[in-house]
Amino acid sequence: MENIIDVKKLTKRFGSFTAVDEISFEVKSGEVFGFLGPNGAGKTTTIRMLTGLSKPSGGSASILGFDIQSEIIKVKKLIGVVPEISNLYDELSAFDNLLFMAQLYGVPRTQRRKNAEELLKTFRLYERKDSLFRTFSRGMKRALTIAAALIHKPKILFLDEPTVGLDVVAARSLRNLISNFRRQGTTIFLTTHYLEEADLLCDRVAILVKGKVLTIDTPNALKAETNKKSLEEVFMKITGLEPEVLAIEKGK
Amino acid sequence: MKKESKMWRDNLRGIFYIALKDIKTYYFKPPAVSWGIVFPITWILAFYLRNPGSFEELVPGLIAMTILFSTTAAEAVVINFELRLGSLERLLLAPISLSAVLLGKVLGGVIFGFAMTTVVTIGSIIVLGLHPNFIYLILIIIPSLLVFSSLGALLCVLVKEVFEAQTLLNLPRFLMIFLSGVVYPVSKMPLVLRYLSYVLPLTYTVDGLKFSFSDSSNKTILPYALILIGFFLIFIFPAVKLLSKKFE
Repeated sequence: MENIIDVKKLTKRFGSFTAVDEISFEVKSGEVFGFLGPNGAGKTTTIRMLTGLSKPSGGSASILGFDIQSEIIKVKKLIGVVPEISNLYDELSAFDNLLFMAQLYGVPRTQRRKNAEELLKTFRLYERKDSLFRTFSRGMKRALTIAAALIHKPKILFLDEPTVGLDVVAARSLRNLISNFRRQGTTIFLTTHYLEEADLLCDRVAILVKGKVLTIDTPNALKAETNKKSLEEVFMKITGLEPEVLAIEKGK
Repeated sequence: MKKESKMWRDNLRGIFYIALKDIKTYYFKPPAVSWGIVFPITWILAFYLRNPGSFEELVPGLIAMTILFSTTAAEAVVINFELRLGSLERLLLAPISLSAVLLGKVLGGVIFGFAMTTVVTIGSIIVLGLHPNFIYLILIIIPSLLVFSSLGALLCVLVKEVFEAQTLLNLPRFLMIFLSGVVYPVSKMPLVLRYLSYVLPLTYTVDGLKFSFSDSSNKTILPYALILIGFFLIFIFPAVKLLSKKFE
């Protein structure tokens, strides 16, 4: 499989603080790549750099062969981004939100309505297509935000904590959708706090701590390597959080 | 060459749809309409009632105030509110430049301002039976709309919160009402204030509008229009730079 995302020594500094420290990794075409790490590890900062929302302080990265700094507009045409917060427009209906995104991404006029209707059906929101975004539940808002990121049929989907704040049913339905997109060949770059979710969805995961990538491999290979049963245990061991957790458990 | 023209087309499309979305979402709502049109009319009426004279003389001031207030009526919401909610980031993820995003925001204010100004101008002309030079009017109104919408954008990107932006916007708004000849002629002001009025863009809007309503066949409006375009460039470039700094 060809590399679709190629990151080399990517760095982001905010003054004297280094949020992302010379990280390097590749994401292959069609895979679900999990980017895991505790809060403040640099996951969102990395996504922001790869999607053109923030300028790298050093290093380089390319997406489908296009440089994220000099060719960011080309990159943006090929990617869909679901940020951590559902940031569509409260005063627009579900349909109008998708239509606006289609207009912004230059989806041909004849395709705009069709794509929007298809996505509303896929995400089971068609019945509520004329309802304002602000009237949606958190799960529905999340679903519509993902639909908006897919309106131009991107080749890569960046999902930043997609299931945060969702109830069990909404989270499960979203995970099923992610699996479906993977089956259809969309490459997915996923950050999540939920390690079971990563175990279930990801072909490979990278574990990031304090801005550095500590390891990259398949969840099964990591489990075998560390002699652990779950990705959560692997994560605790690799990030050095295991003694902390054991101490808390002993305290109980 | 072909790639550049495609990029331009993408940016122009982005500017147009962002403006359209903002108009649909934020403008033509009661707060923006009242701020943009009711407020200037009330002010002018208040000045007129205090010092009754020829209402015709106040028309350029009324139009200038409508331009100023309508273009900046919803800019704090359009920029700062979206920054806070993260919706502005959503626009920046689209395949268009950051300048196009900001120009889309400015264009929203310009379109709304144009609608409000047209209502006030046509209303004044019909009610008072005035005979302005319409080409001159357009040559002053369009650049003025761009100037004040970009000034609003510049002040909004300087701060984070909506209330901070509203407060900051009020400073030049009220300064210009008193010092730009809206109600009190610049020529009758003390020398220091007269000099100060020359660095305020509304002065050129008011002068240009007065010129458009007077018998001015032997003069040209062009210097006023060019100065206003200059102000637009002075405001829009730093606004783009500051917004881009927020996302470094």
